[in-house]
Amino acid sequence: MLKKRIIPCLDVDQGRVVKGVNFVDLVDAGDPVEQAKIYNAEGADELCFLDITASSDDRETLFEVVKKTAENCFIPLTVGGGVRSLDDISRLLHYGADKVSINTAAVENIDLVAKASKKYGSSTIVIAVDAKKTGDHKWSIFTHGGRKQTEIDAVKYCEEVANLGAGEILLTSMDRDGTKMGFDNDLLSNVTSTVDIPVIASGGVGTLEHFLDGVIVGGANALLAASIFHFGEYSINDVKRYLAEQNIAVRI
Amino acid sequence: MNLVIINYGSGNLHSVHKAFEAVNNELSKPFEIIVTNKSSDIEKADKIVLPGVGAFQDCKNAILRTNGLYESLEKMVIEEKKPFMGICVGMQLLAEKSYEFGECEGFGWIPGEVIKLDALDDCKIPHMGWNEIISQKHVLFNDILQGTDFYFVHSYYFKTKTADHCIATTNYPNSITAAVCKENIFGTQFHPEKSHKNGKKIIDNFLKWETV
Repeated sequence: MLKKRIIPCLDVDQGRVVKGVNFVDLVDAGDPVEQAKIYNAEGADELCFLDITASSDDRETLFEVVKKTAENCFIPLTVGGGVRSLDDISRLLHYGADKVSINTAAVENIDLVAKASKKYGSSTIVIAVDAKKTGDHKWSIFTHGGRKQTEIDAVKYCEEVANLGAGEILLTSMDRDGTKMGFDNDLLSNVTSTVDIPVIASGGVGTLEHFLDGVIVGGANALLAASIFHFGEYSINDVKRYLAEQNIAVRI
Repeated sequence: MNLVIINYGSGNLHSVHKAFEAVNNELSKPFEIIVTNKSSDIEKADKIVLPGVGAFQDCKNAILRTNGLYESLEKMVIEEKKPFMGICVGMQLLAEKSYEFGECEGFGWIPGEVIKLDALDDCKIPHMGWNEIISQKHVLFNDILQGTDFYFVHSYYFKTKTADHCIATTNYPNSITAAVCKENIFGTQFHPEKSHKNGKKIIDNFLKWETV
């Protein structure tokens, strides 16, 4: 049986791991390569790097981090943040990323989703969606790291990118991100019941039960978390053992 | 001895290279690992690895566009019977035909076709993540327990014509091919280079594989 994946996410700023609460108040939590090695040893199913310095000129530090991680961790690595073009994707793959996540650039130029999926294969292209509740069962997409609101409906957008060939959706609830109140399972279930591709739940996990709810209530195929792992509240193993006890298929 | 990893622009080349390098180092470097697309290098190979990520047709065209690459592969694998390992699309290319983005001929080294996974039950396509395999008794699966998880990412699978050529399966939800083998030709649908220690064990088994 296909396992539900547990994915630690490392927000990387100029080559260092940080994690913000609601995207501000960044706290340093260490060297990304060392963190990645720990997660790899602990049984993470994948790793995710989100480069939050993407708009600056410091991309080279990220490439070095990706390269070193790929040399040390033999599990899939997704890298996102500031990916604007096919050329950006090529470079990240070249340095050892297995999947590349695209956020703002896909919203601004939806053709990029089709072109990237065709060129690198659907399974390489993850579309990252930052969504915020704007009404009853209604969510809008935000771009530029959550700073810019659009009028685009999040569920419809997910459906559109899936049809264009995206291999996976990384769905972040901006309302929940950093709050430890649990995933926005209403948003999640709306998306997971609409699209045929896998969905990674992100934003808000604070307890073991939240992981379970993301699978059972939200229908997520994979669960992403950052601070809960970085600051040692729970290990990846704790999460997996808990889910296994609740009869969720995980890789132990 | 030379182990050649074919470089035709496949996205996961770096990962494959690093994983083989790590296992080779653990074995005290029996192989020199060469990443290349040159016929002259390939024709000196003792073992050959063909990675593959992306669409079947794109991968095949990229190989055919490289002067002499396919001919050298065929010479070494089919005539000289050098141990060969294809990964993901590198394995699917062994089939006679694929139906991804229209019909496209493969190498035809192992009879069968590459067809789309059925979207049944709650199974999302692509089949992405860790899934357990059931393998036949084979040296390439030495020390791999039944039900071990490997990392898969694919929307199409290799339906072999002969059950004998399918040496491992996984369920999604139907039974699908996880690995093929015919004489000196081995291929995995999953990514050993991304399957942590069990993936490294498969690579270790391949490096030790004596086909004659």
